[in-house]
Amino acid sequence: MHIKEEKVERHVLAVLVDNEAGILARIAGMFTARGYNIESLTVADISADHAISRITIATNGPPHVIEQIIAQLDRLVPVHSVRDLTEAGPHVQRELALVKVSGKGENRIEAMRLADVYRARVVDATTESFVFEITGAPDKIQTFVGLMREVGLVEVGRTGVVAIGRGPDAA
Amino acid sequence: MIMELKVAEKSGAEILVQTLLDLGVDTVFGYPGGAVLPIYDALYDHPKIKHILVRHEQAATHAAEGYARSTGKPGVVLVTSGPGATNAVTGITDALMDSIPMVVITGQVATNLIGSDAFQEADTVGITRHCTKHNYLVKQPSDLAGVLTEAFHIATQGRPGPVVVDIPKNVQVAEAEFRSHNGKINPRYQPQIDGDFKAINEAAEMIMQAKAPILYTGGGIINSGPKASETLCQLAELLGAPVTSTLMGLGAFSASSEQWLGMLGMHGTFEANMAMNRADLVVCLGARFDDRITGRIDAFSPNSKKIHVDIDRSSVNKTIRVDLPVIGDVGRVMEQLLAVLKGRKFNAPDYEEWWARIKGWRATNCLAYPESKTEIMPQEAIRKLWEATHERDPIITTEVGQHQMWAAQHFDFEKPNKWLTSGGLGTMGYGLPAAIGAQLGDPDALVIDIAGEASIQMNIQELGTASQYRLPVKIFILNNEYMGMVRQWQELTYESRYSNSYSDSLPDFIKLAESYGWTGILIEDPSDLEAGIKKMIETDGPVLVDCRVAKLANCFPMIPSGAAHTDMLLTPEDVKGTMDDNAKALV
Repeated sequence: MHIKEEKVERHVLAVLVDNEAGILARIAGMFTARGYNIESLTVADISADHAISRITIATNGPPHVIEQIIAQLDRLVPVHSVRDLTEAGPHVQRELALVKVSGKGENRIEAMRLADVYRARVVDATTESFVFEITGAPDKIQTFVGLMREVGLVEVGRTGVVAIGRGPDAA
Repeated sequence: MIMELKVAEKSGAEILVQTLLDLGVDTVFGYPGGAVLPIYDALYDHPKIKHILVRHEQAATHAAEGYARSTGKPGVVLVTSGPGATNAVTGITDALMDSIPMVVITGQVATNLIGSDAFQEADTVGITRHCTKHNYLVKQPSDLAGVLTEAFHIATQGRPGPVVVDIPKNVQVAEAEFRSHNGKINPRYQPQIDGDFKAINEAAEMIMQAKAPILYTGGGIINSGPKASETLCQLAELLGAPVTSTLMGLGAFSASSEQWLGMLGMHGTFEANMAMNRADLVVCLGARFDDRITGRIDAFSPNSKKIHVDIDRSSVNKTIRVDLPVIGDVGRVMEQLLAVLKGRKFNAPDYEEWWARIKGWRATNCLAYPESKTEIMPQEAIRKLWEATHERDPIITTEVGQHQMWAAQHFDFEKPNKWLTSGGLGTMGYGLPAAIGAQLGDPDALVIDIAGEASIQMNIQELGTASQYRLPVKIFILNNEYMGMVRQWQELTYESRYSNSYSDSLPDFIKLAESYGWTGILIEDPSDLEAGIKKMIETDGPVLVDCRVAKLANCFPMIPSGAAHTDMLLTPEDVKGTMDDNAKALV
């Protein structure tokens, strides 16, 4: 007997929740308990009175699983709303990364050149290292980090994706 | 001059007890311990709340479930931190799976000790996060009244379920101003009650076009309240369609009705499963297409349009794709549907061809069982129990296993809230504490736990609880000296290799019962069956019946795991004794 795997698609969800203790564990735990995937998850308080947080979850699964993920999120008591940005249409996805490279000579010059092409900013420099700050869609970050590997990547920190729908209306 | 109104300060424990009283709680199932001593001390001054001292915290949760399921009111549990809370986890999970309203109050170590591996500390909120509808850790006594009020609201509204409120010991002792929260409902949890009008109209349209419709009902109708069962009867009457039900929904529709097909699913009737398979319209009312119901997913009711009425959106399209979901309270939605159908002057066709086919399936007489003069057949014991008691509208609880399925098949229910069983989680040890809870909810009712000799031992210590509170609970053990359902599966799937399914070293149940002050009755011979049951009913106080039944009887009909509704095993002769790995991998 072999275990079959289904084809998956990537979806980005925006979830508004009460900003209360344990909310992240509740959301993340629901994903593990029901066998769903989390590609990335970001959370921050977004309201003036600090009562509401926005969680952006990049997940993947077959369409019927994505439908279940949304319904399961929505039934959690502290969850106010769940919006599937991928399903809703055009939206902007952004991620920030801090990328440290070290090296001398040609590698150092090449790192600088590539950073320029990718519009990464230098936020720290020594005679043998740079820290770049880069923002953009996840695949742009992915490509940039890949290039940096070839010219002396030391470490990288990524925020995970945040996303928002295009146009004048709120999700 | 305006006087500042001073509100008296109370301890957290007093606030808790006062809030329970405000919320109308009169019965609490619990067990004391270090981290709840302040609450127990507060209870000492409040005789209006009846505290039922169980013998194990798991039993407190099942008793609360039995109380809730039979009365419609939420069950309330009070246990200590650490082992008190972890022992309650099984019953909390059971309540989640079967949508039982329950509030569990757990003690916790003082806030300054949380995380220090203190004595009897467990991360109760973490442990119960996945087996509750919602849970709380209360860190200030001033939050207690509000949290408890919301906890009861969440437990009882929408799809009911268990809510845990974890209260550190210093929060029980510390004082805060107390204002009653009675009637103040938190706006953040407001489930949809009325069905969408457009969807109701569409449902009516689908019903009006159907030639072979079937109503598939579930525990949601029981949860919606007795009125929903009445509405179901009216809807069924208007439609003239056959009605089947899940295990959890038994009693919502009268078993004596001509339209009743019996339970569906793994141990359901042949006619119910065939009708589901051949129907052109399935109207699912407060059920969730559980795997015990569907059998093989891709062969489940392949030619039907499906309407799914459920209060929980996540139940829709979880396992079976449906054509029309209607989100709302099933009782309310049925009322709306009735109004629309009547408004359109719907006059149901007599579905002559459909009923003729159903008649053919009924003719297999699938619940027939071999007769015996030498052994008591377990099915016969249930039939006789029904004959002797049904006029008294008994409340029946069960444990889990063969006896549970035989009870579901052979005990005919006419009314809701009379059938208490562990469906989703399948928890052995549920029946006795649930019977205790039900008896407390209705002291005059005849409450019978139909049990197996293996299951009953999982919470046998509760014999003492029934004795202490003078509860005349009856236990009817179908004793076949096997974990019968395990043995049956080993016979069907593993060539009768009976690995660890024999109930060795059984106690003398009669002596055991007597040692707790119960009456014990032994029934060994078929000729003694009726007299034994009669004696059980006529004996005052709690009675345990040890009914020795045929040891190797199996529960039929049965859909083997991984099979379709049309592939039912009707008799032992249909059994092959082996299964492929794909089927073995299914539960």
